[in-house]
Amino acid sequence: MVPDDKISKIQELVYEIRVSDVMKREVFTVSPRTHMSVLRVILRENRISGTPVIDKGKLVGIISIEDFIKWLANREKDCPIGEKMTRRVQTLYADEPLTHAINKFEQHGFGRFIVVERQDKRLVGIVTKGDVIEGLLKKLEIDYYKEEEVCQYRVMHFFEDILADRTELLFQYDVMGHDFKRAGESASQVKTTLRRLGLHPQVVRRVAIATYEAEMNLIIYTDGGKICVRVEPHEIFVNVEDSGPGIPDVQKALQPGYSTAPEWVRELGFGAGMGLNNIQKCANKMDLRSTVGKGTQLSFYISIEDGAKNEIN
Amino acid sequence: MKLTELVQKLNLSVRSAKAHLDREVTGGYASDLLSDVLANSKEGNLWITLQIHQNIVGVASMKDLAGIILVNSREPESETLEKAEKQKVPIMVSEMPTFELIGMLYSLGVVGTKQ
Repeated sequence: MVPDDKISKIQELVYEIRVSDVMKREVFTVSPRTHMSVLRVILRENRISGTPVIDKGKLVGIISIEDFIKWLANREKDCPIGEKMTRRVQTLYADEPLTHAINKFEQHGFGRFIVVERQDKRLVGIVTKGDVIEGLLKKLEIDYYKEEEVCQYRVMHFFEDILADRTELLFQYDVMGHDFKRAGESASQVKTTLRRLGLHPQVVRRVAIATYEAEMNLIIYTDGGKICVRVEPHEIFVNVEDSGPGIPDVQKALQPGYSTAPEWVRELGFGAGMGLNNIQKCANKMDLRSTVGKGTQLSFYISIEDGAKNEIN
Repeated sequence: MKLTELVQKLNLSVRSAKAHLDREVTGGYASDLLSDVLANSKEGNLWITLQIHQNIVGVASMKDLAGIILVNSREPESETLEKAEKQKVPIMVSEMPTFELIGMLYSLGVVGTKQ
């Protein structure tokens, strides 16, 4: 990116961001009768450089570290803050764009502004130059990520470019049994991959959750197996296979809450007998076949069109 | 409410992903069963649990949760922290037991998400 682009991006942001987005909401206040000698402790302990002065609920002034240094340099006697504070307080409205704040900082040379609500003039925050910079940097970072996502969004169009009667993408993941350390890794890779393809977040979430549960079943109950994800333009098909031990009673296994998980697995928060139900809820169609001693095959379909329409999770 | 505000108001100790507390919390979900959280929590929720092993990170990132609060001063395992740092999932620790913590959260406006 050339430097000029960056500048215009920041220029755009200072109009878009509001003062309320960057200000500190927690404001320490002092009374005009508090003494200057106490102010030092307040500024230091709260790590602030200035604070509004409030009398009977009303904003009467602002006192800053600059005022304090001036007082110190003149070697004056201790006195109430009310005598040293700046009385004509410049304020900003919470809903003003950041560019107004930047102009005001330049105009007045102040280190901070009190922020009030436009309607009732209620004090809602305080903003320093540091807050403005921090706010801009954060926003730039967020926008950068968004741009990345937009790039990824185009990959799904790949399908449209392929001329064929049938197109599919196939991903395979190998899952080790009893390997709790790597549990969820395959599902997480599936999620990232589908997101990169630009699929609807709702579809991605459904596939990810169902795959996670299937992966956990491989880890908890089998010596391992493989997960195959097939992406077609209209639907996603996931096939999960292992080579044993198999499920003696498939109908029972499908009942919510039914589980054969050992105690130590349950203590980890797994094996509650909800996994297959979760998969059923996420999928448009699910099929489970098992032969004791041979293995289990679980497969499910998630439609790309319906998946995006129905908000279930 | 943002996560940063909750951290401050509830005196939570942040153990991971300190740079990712600027997120809006959409509600809360409390459970120690991972499948239950997978099925019923919502994006941006805060998850309250006593599970400390690394699989909680996977669940939280799978569901795009705002963060995890561990109750009763339970400390996450070191692998959990490593994973959480990598996947940018904030884990916070509270001294309070679940019941008290959720009471406080509720009074601050973080409520459950009705099915």
